[in-house]
Amino acid sequence: MSYSSKAKEFYEGELSSISEAGTFKEERYIQSPQAANIKVEYPTGSPAKEVLNFCANNYLGLSSHPDVIKAAHEGLEQRGYGLSSVRFICGTQDIHDELEKKLSTFLGTEATVLFASCMDANAGVFDVVLGKEDAMIADRLVHASIVDGMRLCKAQLYNYKHSNMDHLEEKLKDTQECRFRMIITDGVFSMDGDIAKLDTIVELGKKYDAMVMVDDSHATGFLGKTGRGTHEHCGVFGEIDVITTTLGKALGGASGGCVSGRKEIVDLCRQRARPYLFSNTVPPVIIAAANKVIDLISKTTDRRDKLEQNTKYFREKMTTAGFDIREGEHPIVPIMLYNAKLAQDMARDLYDEGIYVIGFSFPVVPKGQARIRVQISAGHEKEHLDKAIAAFTRIGEKYKILGKQKKEIIDLYGY
Amino acid sequence: MSDDVKQIIIDYVKKEYLEEDSEEEVDENTPLISSGIVDSFSMVSLKTFIEKKFNIKIPDEKATTEAFDSVNNIIDLLKEYNVS
Repeated sequence: MSYSSKAKEFYEGELSSISEAGTFKEERYIQSPQAANIKVEYPTGSPAKEVLNFCANNYLGLSSHPDVIKAAHEGLEQRGYGLSSVRFICGTQDIHDELEKKLSTFLGTEATVLFASCMDANAGVFDVVLGKEDAMIADRLVHASIVDGMRLCKAQLYNYKHSNMDHLEEKLKDTQECRFRMIITDGVFSMDGDIAKLDTIVELGKKYDAMVMVDDSHATGFLGKTGRGTHEHCGVFGEIDVITTTLGKALGGASGGCVSGRKEIVDLCRQRARPYLFSNTVPPVIIAAANKVIDLISKTTDRRDKLEQNTKYFREKMTTAGFDIREGEHPIVPIMLYNAKLAQDMARDLYDEGIYVIGFSFPVVPKGQARIRVQISAGHEKEHLDKAIAAFTRIGEKYKILGKQKKEIIDLYGY
Repeated sequence: MSDDVKQIIIDYVKKEYLEEDSEEEVDENTPLISSGIVDSFSMVSLKTFIEKKFNIKIPDEKATTEAFDSVNNIIDLLKEYNVS
């Protein structure tokens, strides 16, 4: 063993450069269950403060729903805590099979296989179905986990300008000699909340004989009339070859993900996807709760309807208040500020006002595109939204950005 | 190094990475990766284009973000492959 002073100094230098770049990620300790109202100890050591949470992926407000917690308790009582195994040795229970079948029905696919996370699903799926004679054609803004998954795959990598269908078509024309091709996109892009043009993508897939893969983590459970996801929203339900998604956002928010789609692809994942083969099974507590979540959201659309209304209300009021908001209909609402320091300063001031939001800047978003990303939940009540809008308005006035568009904000604060 | 090679790469960068309505100017000295015009994920398109266009194979260890950070840097790299 030798942890040399050379190594230590090198790592310290790396950490310092992250801090100097202003991208050092700090953890804030939450002393309550995940919900619209949370208690946060921040800065560390200070007394817990009650804040309204506008930065969780708790879209349907199910993270701490009593029925979900009850189902988790029952799972714990009836199927135990852990399985001490991967799936294919002795880690598959009846409830895992039940959840996979329910997810297939909900997502409109032939089959589903669970992974420890959607990150794992994305890390595993490409290498299973594509080889060096194949092509992956991905939107330039796909999630980092897809980028990592594609790097683990030997297929040729192409990418197209974000949501630019002409550019995608060009790439499809350029790769006609490949054996198989897969168009790869997020259903909803997490920093902008914009929705992939899945109807056109599916059409192009058919025209050029290319499979379509969608990571629908920011859509499953609430996008589309019955919450099935981006494919339902875009009128192509049942037409996606591979969907990856997460149980860690709208569907209860614990952890776990899946690959859902064509039966042969899912079956091959069970045989060859390395994160599936070498990760422990998703624990019974999570599986039992996720089964309940699918039951709840299959029975009624009340929660996704409330989320839609909340989103509409918040977007309208914030636009009226004079904020520069990326247009759209998704509960991810980017408040555009362009300048990184302005985004950080405003997020800090909002926290002081009891509104927990995060400022994002380069390299998480492109340079000069800094913003505060607000995430709306069905767990928010109108009074929560009104409190947030009032706080935003006060802080917006303080920084003199209300009613100002991109150019004027940049004139004031720079990029 | 002929101006043709330079122009071919500049034209490709503009078409491949800039939006049609972009007012951004690209010349041989413009930082590509450190400026965010090309991110490390999208760089693969540029590498594939250059390999196909000039019929060469650039090994991954040479295709660094520094080597691709401007058209001039790329031209320097191409000299190793006698592309002119």
